[in-house]
Amino acid sequence: MQAHASEPEVLNCKGLTMEFTDERKQRFKALDDVSISIGRGAVTGLIGPDGAGKTTFIRLAAGLFMPKSGTIQVLGFDVATHPRAVQSRVGYMPQKFGLYEDLTVLENLNLYADLHGIQRKTRSERYRQLMQMTNLDRFTNRLAGRLSGGMKQKLGLACTLVSTPDLLLLDEPTVGVDPLSRRELWEIVYTLVREQGITVLLSTSYLDEAERCDKTVLLFQGKVLATGSPSQISAIANGKSFRIDTPAPLKPRQLQARLVGADGIVDAVLDGSHVRIVTSGNNPISENPAVEGLTMSSILPRFEDGFMILLRGIAGKGVESIRPPLPSHAVSAAENAENVVVEVHDLFKRFGNFTAVENVSFNVRKGEIFGLLGPNGAGKSTTFRMLCGLLPASSGKLRVAGVDLRQARASARQRIGYVAQKFSLYGQLTVMENLEFFASAYGLRKSRKKERIDWALTQFGLETRIGSAGSELPGGYKQRLAMACALMHEPDILFLDEPTSGVDPLARREFWSRINTLADQGVTIIVTTHFMEEAEYCDRLVIMVDGRVLASGTPMFIRGKALSQKGGEPTMEEAFIGIVEAFRMTAEDVKHDAPN
Amino acid sequence: MESLRRILSLIWKELLAILKDPKSRLTVIIPPLMQTLVFGYAATYDLNQVQYAVYDQDRSDASRRFLSTLDGSGTFKCIAVLSDESRISTLINSKTALLVVRIGPDFERRLLLGQAADVQVIADGRNSNTAGTALNYIGTIAADFTATWQKAHGRTNMPAQVVPRAWFNPSLETRWFMIPGLIGMLTFVQMIVITAMSVAREREQGTLDQLLVTPFRPIEIMAGKSLPSILIGLVQMTMVLFVAIFWFNIPFQGTLWTLYLGMLLFLVASVGIGLMVSSVALTLQQALLGSFLIIMPSALLSGLNTPISNMPHSIQYITLINPLRYAITIVHRVFLEGASFSQISSELWPLVLIAACSLWFALWMFSRRTT
Repeated sequence: MQAHASEPEVLNCKGLTMEFTDERKQRFKALDDVSISIGRGAVTGLIGPDGAGKTTFIRLAAGLFMPKSGTIQVLGFDVATHPRAVQSRVGYMPQKFGLYEDLTVLENLNLYADLHGIQRKTRSERYRQLMQMTNLDRFTNRLAGRLSGGMKQKLGLACTLVSTPDLLLLDEPTVGVDPLSRRELWEIVYTLVREQGITVLLSTSYLDEAERCDKTVLLFQGKVLATGSPSQISAIANGKSFRIDTPAPLKPRQLQARLVGADGIVDAVLDGSHVRIVTSGNNPISENPAVEGLTMSSILPRFEDGFMILLRGIAGKGVESIRPPLPSHAVSAAENAENVVVEVHDLFKRFGNFTAVENVSFNVRKGEIFGLLGPNGAGKSTTFRMLCGLLPASSGKLRVAGVDLRQARASARQRIGYVAQKFSLYGQLTVMENLEFFASAYGLRKSRKKERIDWALTQFGLETRIGSAGSELPGGYKQRLAMACALMHEPDILFLDEPTSGVDPLARREFWSRINTLADQGVTIIVTTHFMEEAEYCDRLVIMVDGRVLASGTPMFIRGKALSQKGGEPTMEEAFIGIVEAFRMTAEDVKHDAPN
Repeated sequence: MESLRRILSLIWKELLAILKDPKSRLTVIIPPLMQTLVFGYAATYDLNQVQYAVYDQDRSDASRRFLSTLDGSGTFKCIAVLSDESRISTLINSKTALLVVRIGPDFERRLLLGQAADVQVIADGRNSNTAGTALNYIGTIAADFTATWQKAHGRTNMPAQVVPRAWFNPSLETRWFMIPGLIGMLTFVQMIVITAMSVAREREQGTLDQLLVTPFRPIEIMAGKSLPSILIGLVQMTMVLFVAIFWFNIPFQGTLWTLYLGMLLFLVASVGIGLMVSSVALTLQQALLGSFLIIMPSALLSGLNTPISNMPHSIQYITLINPLRYAITIVHRVFLEGASFSQISSELWPLVLIAACSLWFALWMFSRRTT
């Protein structure tokens, strides 16, 4: 057996290949000739879109799979021959960590300590450390099922750490976690590396998180695209990143929609009132007709820019086909000011003693993209379900297209489309059968039905998947199908509940460019999200925390709020964290001041 | 019209979802067939070659005649003639004999005097089912004997004994009773489970929300859920009917349309109960548990296993709300007896009532929960 104490590399793999069989009994490579080595005491990020092979790699490292070919050594042991030796020294937190929701925080810890055979006398000290680190010490007697999403992840992490592993494997630890909790999780990870010398390998599809890693491994379709420090990846885009000012009647998102997918432009995203682009760098940007007449300035590249250049080099342009024409007349908000299509006033929702939505008011105008932002459990989905008539409000006024959908005739629902948070189409039915069913549900018939189904198939690039069962579609396609079904009847108002949760960066870009097109066609879009950068795509938004609206206005206005507190130009995420922290602080004060 | 089209699209979707997947297609077809065959062969209470011993203290002409009637039935086999009481327990304890027939010393005298003459039958109660059936059968034989005796001796004033007699199943084959009963039993189980699960699955997978934001009205969704189940139920009952008639050769005495009409009402009532379960259940697990909470007592109180007339009075009242009770009576009467529509009408209107109540309750719960 190897002397692993002096082994400089914690993880080392060569020519690692893994194959699976898909639903149609065809073999595909989840990992293809992957060679990586990871040194001690660092945070390595596996970065890539869905289906890149991130989870497969982590499971191989944890000794849960046998590789098809190639070798993988962890802490000096060959995983294939000594899986138990590896597992005893590795902490693995899967995407859905197995917390027992009916047990308390402490009972969950005890359970995992028992499973790892931790001595009773050493436990209390270890628990104290873990609870302090995760800030869960006040909640040890709370049922795990009643923790927030972020707290659950932290508890999962604590359970993984009871055995003091040498290598920590985290599979997408921050998916579906709000910005505040994400920040805390990262702090914990770095504390572990600094204070306990633990080596961390984590996967993520959030590109902004990649910048926090010491080293990144970019995976795409099972292959390693690049490895290096975040700054090395960013450097790929040196001299290729620009910021463009939005010219007058256009909205930033309209400019972005025009630039995304244009020749020579690899990526275009919103950046406040500007649009940030990354060019392929083949030709000087000044000669590109797409940016003719626009004011732009060169800016420092970030990780995402380099990543997109690498990815587009392989994957090509994903969104070209849906590039919308510029609207013939740019609709300004003022023109539509009177056209309120959704009205919410003093909305309350109580479940027993618990107030899920408290005193929420907002208006949405025709053709707007309106965002509800907030962490998990903020009451966004509850508000949504009330708007769609799926849940009765406890009190308050609700009007969608002039009616309360709960009391209105069923036909009033013809005017809305709804995409739920999780995939909620018929998994057993094929793409075509789902489309046909929803077309009929909305009363479309004969030529009209055929016309709309054809539209949906081309618009959402589903032609090649007509015969696939809904449940077997990859994540991005599921979301496209859900959108297609919700848009079948050309609704005036589209409700999208967390449409981009768990969707990789490429699919998210596609999604937003579709939304842009729809909004330009006059469809009102109401969307919830916990991705703060997506707030930039909204015309207006509200920030919800603990069932209350903490701020509302345009993205610029909300960022401006944080500006006055901090100085510098804050990102939407910083603005959000600032607003929430300020609120929590005053909430604490109120608690302290209260006589009881 | 628009509403009808929407319901049709729901029905089509529902049938696609059930019948497209080869696994779920099989679960609709194979279990009823298998159960019919298994129950047909296994669940038989028929007696053959029941071993018994005789302790005849009378040794009279009458007692000999009675014993020869017993022997002549072909079901019982005499293995010992005892001359002493003490051997009775030995035979029973060692399971050599299931029954000991003991005829008292004054058997003939009492008969001649026109008094009730007792025949004591000691049975091995450890096997209560067989013993019970054997005792019943001996009762029938005793009644036959009494009738013959009365005729021969011109007596009519003897204390009459009411003994149920097997008319429509002359050879008393359990199979004839069991398999037609399965038409009701199996479809009942499948109807409730399929209906309850289909709504719960949509609730759990979130597709119900998706339906509720479309212009579907609650009543349309309910219709779209019920009709496919009823269609599947009709197919299943037809399968069991085929097996009963063509495999087990049980003669079908009634008319098909009477049977189908009765069963259709029964299916609607069952689906109503299934929907009722699903309108209360929030998850698949709850739906499954709820279904069994209904199915078990319904099956036990259906009259297929235990005659309803043998149940305590209070329980007999409970069976009145059990649709399976009516279905089994309908099937038995139409199948074995050839009962006409008017003869089973007393079984039909309770089904209509049950269907109306359960559907109304389900719709009410459903509307309250959702819109």
